[in-house]
Amino acid sequence: MIAYIVRRVLYAIPILVGVNLITFALFFVVNTPDDMARMQLGVKRVTPEAIQKWKAEHGYDKPLMFNASAAGAGRLTDTIFFQKSVRLFAFDFGNADDGRSIRHEIARRMWPSLALALPVFLVGIAVNITFSLMMAFFRGTYLDLWGVVLCVAMMSISGLFYIIGGQYLVSKLWNLVPISGYAGGLDASKFLMLPVLVGVVSGIGFGSRWYRTIFLEEMGKDYVRTARAKGLAETTVLFRHVLKNGMIPILTGAVVVIPLLFMGSLITESFFGIPGLGSYTIDAIQSQDFAIVRSMVFLGSVLYIAGLLLTDLSYTLVDPRIRLG
Amino acid sequence: MLDRYTYSIRIKGKYPQFVYWLAMPFFAPMPWEADRFYSQRGMNEGRNLTLDWYPVGTGPYMLVENDPNARMVMQANPNFRGEPFPSEGEPGDAQAGLLADAGKRAPFVERIVFSREKEGIPYWNKFLQGYYDNSAIGSDNFDQAVRVGVEGDATLTPQMQERGIKLKTSVATSTFYLSFNFQDPVVGGRGDEAARERARKLRQAISVAIDWEEFISIFANGRGIAGMGPLPPGIFGYREDDKGFNPVVYDVVDGKPRRKSIETARKIMAEAGYPDGRDAKTGQPLVLYLDTVARGPDDASRLNWYRRQFAKLDIQLEIRATDWNRFQEKVRAGNTQLFFLGWNADYPDPENFLFLLYGPNATNDGENKARYQNPAFDRLFEQMRNMDNGPERQAIIDRMVAIVREDAPWVWGFHPKDYSLSHAWVHNGKPSTMGRNGLKFIRIDPALRERKREEWNQPDLWPAGLVLAVLILGSLPAYLSYRRRERTAARPAQTPA
Repeated sequence: MIAYIVRRVLYAIPILVGVNLITFALFFVVNTPDDMARMQLGVKRVTPEAIQKWKAEHGYDKPLMFNASAAGAGRLTDTIFFQKSVRLFAFDFGNADDGRSIRHEIARRMWPSLALALPVFLVGIAVNITFSLMMAFFRGTYLDLWGVVLCVAMMSISGLFYIIGGQYLVSKLWNLVPISGYAGGLDASKFLMLPVLVGVVSGIGFGSRWYRTIFLEEMGKDYVRTARAKGLAETTVLFRHVLKNGMIPILTGAVVVIPLLFMGSLITESFFGIPGLGSYTIDAIQSQDFAIVRSMVFLGSVLYIAGLLLTDLSYTLVDPRIRLG
Repeated sequence: MLDRYTYSIRIKGKYPQFVYWLAMPFFAPMPWEADRFYSQRGMNEGRNLTLDWYPVGTGPYMLVENDPNARMVMQANPNFRGEPFPSEGEPGDAQAGLLADAGKRAPFVERIVFSREKEGIPYWNKFLQGYYDNSAIGSDNFDQAVRVGVEGDATLTPQMQERGIKLKTSVATSTFYLSFNFQDPVVGGRGDEAARERARKLRQAISVAIDWEEFISIFANGRGIAGMGPLPPGIFGYREDDKGFNPVVYDVVDGKPRRKSIETARKIMAEAGYPDGRDAKTGQPLVLYLDTVARGPDDASRLNWYRRQFAKLDIQLEIRATDWNRFQEKVRAGNTQLFFLGWNADYPDPENFLFLLYGPNATNDGENKARYQNPAFDRLFEQMRNMDNGPERQAIIDRMVAIVREDAPWVWGFHPKDYSLSHAWVHNGKPSTMGRNGLKFIRIDPALRERKREEWNQPDLWPAGLVLAVLILGSLPAYLSYRRRERTAARPAQTPA
C-alpha cells in the first residue's frame, strides 16, 4: 500500500504543475502586473516609477514565462511563473499583495470555514440517508413518488434562494437567530445555526435522490432476496443489510470532500458574514491578488488529490475484496 | 523637530493646499519607537505583526480589534487629549439640534464596532432590526426607504418614519462626466481653426442632447444633480445662483435652469457641419465610439440609454464595452474617442478639479485624460491655484469655468448625492464627504437602542413549532403504512380450483 501511496503522490506533481500553469495563464490573460500594481496603488496619481517599484518589491518585474535576456536555465527560472510557483510546492505561500502572510491567514480562517462546513456535511449525510431510506422503504408508493418529486423540486431551486429565503423567514420574520455574523468560541453556534440549516436543506434534493438510487440498487440484489426469504423483517433487511452495503459508495463519495471542507463556501460565507477561506478567495479575486488566488487554487488542488487518495484507501477498508497494488 | 511634540515643515513658495495634505493619513506623525519595534526581524513573516495592522496614534480611539474581514473594534483612548464639541456650525445646525453638545468633551461613545457585511440584503435587514446604527441606501432598498418628490426632494417612507429613522443627504464632492478625447480629429478637432470650431460645436450639441436629469432619475434613483461645470457643490468656486448655470446647455426660465431643446442641439449640429447626423461634405453618417466599463447584462439598459441620447442627433453610437483594466489602458494611451470617468475630491479646493483640464497634465500618466489644451485656461489656472479663497479667486474661477463650458471638453455629467440613514438613538451625525473625523462627536442613547431592539426583534416561536408539527404529521402516513405492512401476513399461494 505504501508503494501505491508514493506512486499516487508522484502522479500528483505533474497535475499540480498543470493546475498552477492554467491558473497562471488564466489570471495573466486578464491582468497584467501593471494592472495589479495600479489596483494596489490606487487609480489616482500613480506614476510609472511607483508601478515599477511595486512590481520589483512584489517580484512581478520579470518576464511572465520566458526570460529571453537570461542565459541557460535562467530563461525559464528567472520568470514570474517559476519564481512564484516553485515555493508553492514547499507550501511557502509567501505574502499577499498587502504584505500579510498568506499562511497565517489560511491558518486563521480555515476554522470558521470548518465550523460551517463540518456540521453541514455530517448533518447533511444523516438527513439524506434517513430521507432516502424512507423513500426506498416505500418504493413504488405515493410516498416514494412525492418524495422524488420533492427532491427534484429542491434540486431545481437555486442555492441563493435557500440563503435569501432562510434569512428572510428565520431571521427577519421570525427573529429566531441572527441574520449574519460570526463570533469565536461557543458564541459561534447562534450564528452558525441558520447557515447550517440552509446548507443541509439545500442539499437534501440532490443527496437523497442519489442515495435512494444506491439503496434501490442494493435492494434488488440476491443477498437481500435471501435475507427476505429467511423471514427477516423489512426494517432489519433495510438497516442491517442494505444500509451497510449501500454505505460503501456513500462513504467513499463523502471521503473525497472531507479535505475540501477546509476551503469553505464562497457564497454561503459571503451572505452569512463568516470570515472563512471562501470569502478570503472571493476578496482576492476582486482585488486581483494573484498571490492569494494562486495559493488557494493550489491548496484546493492538493486537498482534492488528497481526498481522491483517501477515497481509494477507504475502499480497502470498507470492501475487503479490494486490494491496492 | 521643534520639541518633543512639535515639528515644522518649510514650504518653498506658496502652496495653500498643503493644509489639506496635512489632514491625510500619510501625514500622521509616527513615534520612531513604534517604527523600530515593527521593523524587527520576524515581526511580519508568518505573524502579520505590522504597524498598519496595529496602528499607533494619539487620536480619540484605539483600534483594539482589527479584522477587516469580519469586524474592527475601536475603544475610546484614555490618554486622548480631549476635544470640545464645536460651538459653531453651518446655518440651520443649531435649529437641527446639532450644537446641543457644544463645548462638551469628545469622544462620547466608549466603544465602536464596525462589522463587515459583504451582501446588501443581510446588511439592510440588520439595520432595520436595529443591530446597526447607521446605513447607506442600496439601490435595491431605495424604494423601501425613500420617496423622491416631483421637485427632487427626498422624504422617508412611512415605514421608516414609524421606526424613527432619520435621513441625511449631501451632495458628494465628486463629478461623473463624459469626456471627449482632444487627440481625436472628429471630437477633438485637430488641425486648423475651422476644424477646431467644428469639433467644438459638435461637443456642444452632444452636451445639450444628453439628458442627465433623466439619467439621474432612471439610473441613480434621483440621487444626484446635473453638472454645470467641473466644480461640484461644496467646493469653493461653485456657484449656486443663476451664474452657476451653464448657458451652453441650459436656458434660465423663472430663475431655474431648463435644458435647451433638442432642436437647438440639432441646429448646433448643423453649424458643426453634421446636419441630420451626416457629414455635410461627404454625406457619410456620423459614427462615434464610446469606451466604457461594462460587466454584464445589467449594464445593457444603461448602454442603450447612451445610444438613444446620441440617436436624438442622428449620431450612431458604437459602444466599446470592456473591463476596467483594458479601459484604463485605452484612456492612458489616448486610444479613445469618448469615455466616461469620474473624480472624487482629494481635498476641498477648486485646484483639485480644475487641474483635470490643465494643459501640462495632458500626458499618458497625467490626470487631464481629455488631453484638453487651452492656453488661456492654463494661464488662469496657474494664476488661481496658489491663491487664497476670496472674491479675486472666485472671479478667475468664473472665467475658467466659462472657458471650459464654451469649449465643452467634457459633457458635465452629474454630482452624486449621498443618502444615509440613522436610527433615532444616534445624535450629532452630519454627513461630510470630506471630513473623516466626525466619529468622536457621535452620541448614542444606548437605553433607547436596547429598548427598540427588544421591541422590534421579539422571536416568533410558533413557526418552528408549526414546522415540527408538519414534519410529524407528514411522517404519520409513512409510519402507519409501515405498521400495516409489517402486520400483513404473506399472501398464501393460490391453488387451482
